[in-house]
Amino acid sequence: MTTLAEIAPDTLQVTDRTSARAFVDTHIAPYADAYDRQGRVPEELLERMTAAGLWAPFLPREAGGAGMDLVTLGEVHEEVGRGCSSVRSLLTVHTMVSWAVQRWGSPAQRERWAPALSRGDVLAAFCLSEPGAGSDASGIATNVVARNGGWTLNGVKKWITNGQRADLFLVFARTATSIGAFLVPRNTPGVEVTPIEDMLGTRASLIAEVSFRDVALGPDALLGPSGFTAGMVLTGTLDLGRYSVATGSVGIIQAALEACAAYASRRTVGGSLLKDLPLIQAKLSDMVTDARAARLLVAEAGRLKDAGEASTIMATWVAKYFASTAAARHASEAVQIHGANGCSPDYPVARLYRDAKVMEIIEGSNEIQRITIAGQAEREII
Amino acid sequence: MSDNTKDQILDFVRARYPQADIDESQDIFALGFVNSLFAMELVMFIEKTFDITIPNDELKIDNFRTANTMAELVGRLTPARV
Repeated sequence: MTTLAEIAPDTLQVTDRTSARAFVDTHIAPYADAYDRQGRVPEELLERMTAAGLWAPFLPREAGGAGMDLVTLGEVHEEVGRGCSSVRSLLTVHTMVSWAVQRWGSPAQRERWAPALSRGDVLAAFCLSEPGAGSDASGIATNVVARNGGWTLNGVKKWITNGQRADLFLVFARTATSIGAFLVPRNTPGVEVTPIEDMLGTRASLIAEVSFRDVALGPDALLGPSGFTAGMVLTGTLDLGRYSVATGSVGIIQAALEACAAYASRRTVGGSLLKDLPLIQAKLSDMVTDARAARLLVAEAGRLKDAGEASTIMATWVAKYFASTAAARHASEAVQIHGANGCSPDYPVARLYRDAKVMEIIEGSNEIQRITIAGQAEREII
Repeated sequence: MSDNTKDQILDFVRARYPQADIDESQDIFALGFVNSLFAMELVMFIEKTFDITIPNDELKIDNFRTANTMAELVGRLTPARV
């Protein structure tokens, strides 16, 4: 375990929670509100993240990664999420694609893409949602047809995090028999990116609409198996995305707690500090408790991933559901504690409030999560 | 492949769907039990339990229809022990 005293923030490699916290406190948290107002994470930060080895440290060393376990990866993503949900969102989608290449890629696909994804030379985006299909993946209309020994891709993907900047898209499209995953370089003819601005939350996460018009792909564009198991590529990739969003949600709770603790320690009402008022203490105590509970649920999901246990999928659903709803609840309370100040751009809690709402929607809406969790309960208990 | 392998696979499937009466030769796809989430769990269970990695070209529906075919898959992918 590194200590803060050992770290030189400008040069550090992010290897664990401690070094991630130092990196975030130096390079991300002080600027997160500016990113939010400008509507984009600057290229300079992306380069710093590359230098710090943040993009895909979980990849094995032979693929250029650091072999980081997923519990530690979750802690790193939590710290980034504490600083800025937009930045964490970029990490999330890059993580999803990098993992999918490593897990499902052929040796040639891994050799081509994994080292560049690991270094951050190639940044990636995950393309599932469409204008008419979000959580309902079975409703996607983007399609591919086999042609000339390869594939021809047509369709429109929407709400694509990092779509404005990504070099590589992992696109889910309907095949003749199932839904397949396809690796599509941004510079392929027929790919068109349109930025989406002024979102409610994660405003700096470079969201875009990405259109594919008669995009000709080689046979090596298909990632993973075809047929019945093609859906597993989507399931597994979304599982890791859900894990990252859960960790980011814990980061939002922690950020809300830290902002409120600081504010309540200096703001007075009727001669008393806010922190001494019982109703404020109740809100802070609930933040502390839920931050710890959510962190434990996330850690358990990560431990099960590291162990290769199938039960990690449901554990991740539960962690994401709990953490995202708690984040939305406590970010709302954080604005409440700050009063009118909390509604202004002078404090971070308004950004936390808007970002937290997004966590209840992405990587499976909370309604889908509850249906899935209830289905599991029915099988196990009822 | 040993009955023990089949039994472990059947125990996993039955634990997920305790209301179903499944034997080693029944097609779990025909019974309508398999969705993408369960397919992922099933592959993870087999890889973890039997310490194997299932390559993409073995991820075919016919390998996962029954406990028998899954046990045969495990047998093919398990290194021979001396």
